[in-house]
Amino acid sequence: MSISHTIPTYFRVNIDRDYCKKCKRCVTHCSYGALSFNGERIVADDSLCVACQRCVAMCPGKAIRVVQNESYLPPHGNYTRRIRNIIWAQSGNGGVLLSATGNDRPIRVIFDDLLLDACQVTNPAIDPLRETIETKIFFGRKPQKLEFTIDEKDPTEISLKTKLMPHFEIDMPIMVGHMSLGSISYNACMAIYQASKELNILAGSGEGGLHPDFYEYGDNIITEVASGRFGVDINYLNKTAGIEIKLGQGAKPGHGGHLPGEKVNNMISQTRMIPKGSDALSPYPHHDIYSIEDLAQLIAALKEATRYRVPIGVKIAAVHNSAPIAVGIVRGGADFLTIDGFRGGTGAAPRIIRDHAGIPIELAIASVDQRLRQEGLRDQVTLVAGGSIRYSADLIKAIALGADVGMVGMPVLIALGCRVCQQCFRGLCSWGIATQQEYLVKRLDIDVARNRIINLFHSWNEELKEVLGAMGIDSVESLRSNRDRLRYIGPNPKIAEILGVKHAGE
Amino acid sequence: MYWKNYTILPEQFRNERVFDGCGISGYINIDGKRDYGTKVIDMLCILHDRENGLGAGFAGYGIYPDYKDYYALHFLFDNDPSKEKVLKHLEETGYIIQSEAIPTKTPSNVDHPPITWRVFYEPKEAKSISTDDQIVNLVMQVNERFDGAFIMSSGKNMGVFKGNGWSHEIANYYKIADYKAYMWLAHSRFPTNTPGWWGGAHPFNLLGTSVVHNGEITSYGTNMRYLESFGYKCTLFTDTEVIAYLFDLLVRKHKMPIPIASLALAPPLFDEIYRMEKKHQIALKNIRATYRSAMLNGPFSVVVGYNDTIPTMIGLSDRKKLRPLVAAISEDENTIYLSSEEASFKRLMIDDISSYKFREIWHPKSGTAIIARLGDGLLRNGLEKPFEKLKLSVIGA
Amino acid sequence: MIENLVLSELEKRKAIEIDAAPDGIPLIYQDLNESIHEAIREGYDRIVLNNVCGQRFIAASLQGDLELIINGLPGNDLGIFMDGPKIIVNGNCEDHAGNTMNDGAIMVDGDGGDVIGLSARGGKIYVKADVGYRVGIHIKEYENKYPVLIFGGIARDFLGEYMAGGLIIALGLKFLPDGSIIENEQSICGGELGTGIHRGKIILRTEEDLEPKLGVGAKLFEIAPNTRKEIEPFLREFCEIFNIPYEMIGKKPFKVIKPISKRPFGGNYCGQIV
Ligand code: SF4
Ligand code: SF4
Repeated sequence: MSISHTIPTYFRVNIDRDYCKKCKRCVTHCSYGALSFNGERIVADDSLCVACQRCVAMCPGKAIRVVQNESYLPPHGNYTRRIRNIIWAQSGNGGVLLSATGNDRPIRVIFDDLLLDACQVTNPAIDPLRETIETKIFFGRKPQKLEFTIDEKDPTEISLKTKLMPHFEIDMPIMVGHMSLGSISYNACMAIYQASKELNILAGSGEGGLHPDFYEYGDNIITEVASGRFGVDINYLNKTAGIEIKLGQGAKPGHGGHLPGEKVNNMISQTRMIPKGSDALSPYPHHDIYSIEDLAQLIAALKEATRYRVPIGVKIAAVHNSAPIAVGIVRGGADFLTIDGFRGGTGAAPRIIRDHAGIPIELAIASVDQRLRQEGLRDQVTLVAGGSIRYSADLIKAIALGADVGMVGMPVLIALGCRVCQQCFRGLCSWGIATQQEYLVKRLDIDVARNRIINLFHSWNEELKEVLGAMGIDSVESLRSNRDRLRYIGPNPKIAEILGVKHAGE
Repeated sequence: MYWKNYTILPEQFRNERVFDGCGISGYINIDGKRDYGTKVIDMLCILHDRENGLGAGFAGYGIYPDYKDYYALHFLFDNDPSKEKVLKHLEETGYIIQSEAIPTKTPSNVDHPPITWRVFYEPKEAKSISTDDQIVNLVMQVNERFDGAFIMSSGKNMGVFKGNGWSHEIANYYKIADYKAYMWLAHSRFPTNTPGWWGGAHPFNLLGTSVVHNGEITSYGTNMRYLESFGYKCTLFTDTEVIAYLFDLLVRKHKMPIPIASLALAPPLFDEIYRMEKKHQIALKNIRATYRSAMLNGPFSVVVGYNDTIPTMIGLSDRKKLRPLVAAISEDENTIYLSSEEASFKRLMIDDISSYKFREIWHPKSGTAIIARLGDGLLRNGLEKPFEKLKLSVIGA
Repeated sequence: MIENLVLSELEKRKAIEIDAAPDGIPLIYQDLNESIHEAIREGYDRIVLNNVCGQRFIAASLQGDLELIINGLPGNDLGIFMDGPKIIVNGNCEDHAGNTMNDGAIMVDGDGGDVIGLSARGGKIYVKADVGYRVGIHIKEYENKYPVLIFGGIARDFLGEYMAGGLIIALGLKFLPDGSIIENEQSICGGELGTGIHRGKIILRTEEDLEPKLGVGAKLFEIAPNTRKEIEPFLREFCEIFNIPYEMIGKKPFKVIKPISKRPFGGNYCGQIV
């Protein structure tokens, strides 16, 4: 028998025999098969445990604890446990290592090094509970200027001449990031769309098409046209508030998508419009886009196809030269631009790319915003930024750096119960989120999930208003790009320079 | 580039109270009659509780009728070499009609004054760019890149006089009482934001637009970065500058009617917009969407003077009315006044020589522009709904 | 001209002619397409476009029983997202014709450009002569939707890349200016043939050895009798439309390219906890 290189395991499942009622609930709930009943007692195979905490939450006797395995590998500062594990995994399988969620390396988060300004004396803070503070956003393209003409004979006759562009209003500067039906479950999608409609914010459809059940939420959904063109038909283009051409994703810039055939069940096959059981492969590039003028062509094609009714945008991953790319995209006719930072989430991505490619969103927002300004284009587009906005503080700082809207993925899933176990690509999510298996999906109650999302973003928006009020600002529009209200306290002055933010104390 | 003013603070300011605010005043004679500066000095100086001796200034419109076709450039220079450098640059790029020191009180009643200079100037014709835009570029260039030089104002038949000191000191120093203008703006300062240096005093000017401002713009960063994308350089470290540039951008460059421009700067709340008729909703939503970065946030009241087309005086306060603004109209309806406090008008009433009379004194609504125009009188009294008195049509909808 | 095909239906349809270059000045695509939409709104269902010169997105997302006859050269993305109409092009067409098409037909009486039929899910694209690179990339089938791409001439590299369903046929003929039809000397396809294919089939009429040209995941087969029978109606239709003597087709054998598996890259990834 060969030696197992998965030992020592990361986690240990401790079952307190005094508390265990032997009800076996944990066994049914563990979708990873780590727990079983041997006729006498519950036993755990630690090597299968992913610490998703489902059994802990479900155990009526509060008998289970999942703990870190104290069994210790010989320490090494360079060959960390993680690196040794990667080598063992690869030497055992010979394949590209998959992973999910976002980059989990402990790289310093720039958002955490930024501090917010608040009013003292020279201007009054505003009390958000008693006075209006506006968080509404116009999503879509704006003209550079409005043309008004005044009648020569009667100067009170004023007409607005500018041809108005398609845009719509959302009540909070928040968009739920693109998570396709396939990468997450029907119930998770439904909860997200219902909550988005209720809150009047936006949600991305992901690239898996739009299930007919979701059409009624279309006014709050941005559908995605990715290289696989899954589910892209005339309904998909029409029953939507906007369309996003996905060129890249923060978690896997330069990489396509891959939904394995076993996840393509009846429903997924229907929505993606591909046969059941066949892989859904998204090619790395769009094969009608090999250059920026081809992108302009696809943007124009979508505008033609939708008869200029909805805004068409483009999503790119934050990479080294995002700024000039962004300029090209806006020149190419995009009405909105989404940038996804290197910490952005994913349902499945090669670990090597997830963990090592791209740049932080904070820097990308700053440089894209700045470059668009230099070209006189910034105010014409809506800039959406995500990857990763973890809580309201990140959202507020992203807006102050220059984003119009924050794109949020993982926090929504965490609100639904996700424990960030990073196993989404296996389709076994015990919380009913990243899975297509019916018995697991059932665990996610749509009503409860919807309300949790509504609560989450309601509280974010209230916190945004608190901060705006403290800054003496009564509309979120006046926070955008207001880098004057940020200060940097991190160790690297170069970062402050790129962000266009002064150091604290300056 | 700092000039310290060593004037001793008057008694009432020596306690620890912190005043937040400045005094602003202004008026316009509709028939174009030109008044000596004494009246506006009275209006401003009565507001002395609103200043702390760290800056004051005046803008007079109609003061240079003999040179009305030329750009009147008002300069501050640190020293002679910086003056020579700028004058040489002007010679190279255009025609200097007249170049002279701005008359000031001698001996000086303020400490360490800079060189104050004026040039009547005409840029050389250029194909691709209007003379107005050439002047804008010149102002941006001098204020950003010429060490020891600063352009206070650059409009035609108007000028800004400002410096570091109490309002009465600055008035005396520049001999404001000797100038005659049909429109006057005045400002006394209580700086908190930027050190009290001469260039940082109000009014702020670009071409025919002059702004006096009370308050602090909390959206400064957003406004500044918006203006930069149109080529404006915000070098003065102060929020008032952006108001002047925004006004220039909206009214002169984008040719927005002034009532509409004021809606872009201080738009109604969405809740109000939704209660309006459809057409007004469309217009306002588009104004808010397109000019979202031009919106001024935070407490402010401003008086703007403008003469790039028909000379106009505009008063505007923030939409939450966090800074004061009072308006008045004279008995003969020929003069419209604006000020931070009613005291300015009372001051004129108790003047034993002229004892002015007012038909009405009123408080304009928050976020609502009051507009008075040469020849036309009071176009908007600041009490109207956004499109009241206007016939709006929306063509692109 | 493929005019003869539609004459029979002519009486049934309400026809209109649109000049794409009034007064000799070509319309911009927005205006041309808007005039097509206008014609449709007015109830026309047979639209003849004359003097077309590179205008893009013609028939984009059009639905229903319509017929467009294009005299001239339609630009990129002809019939993108189209769902039902039939387009006849008297001349060549540019790149990306039939992009993400859901249903309908595009008949080109000439050559086609690159990336024809990208991601098409249904409908027919018949090109009389040659096509370019990456043709039929990622076409897919679903339920009763089954895209069929037939080319009378040859194709270049990456034919049927990522193919996820449907049928691609190339015949390897050559059409001379005098109207005569001969066997094409050139190779029927380029390299990386069917790379990444995981469903559907590519059928090539050729005697050459295709083995060295196969891409990842593609496998070469002799044609099975039932497959031959299955494609017969499509071939007859194609020959009829473009006036190709059907007997010519039988003069060379067909070869079939199919996926090795439905999951060509399944083994490339692993997911151990690290
Ligand atoms: S769920 Fe808890 S009580 Fe029930 S068998 Fe498992 S450990 Fe024991
Ligand atoms: S969604 Fe499910 S599988 Fe994915 S990280 Fe969260 S708990 Fe784990």
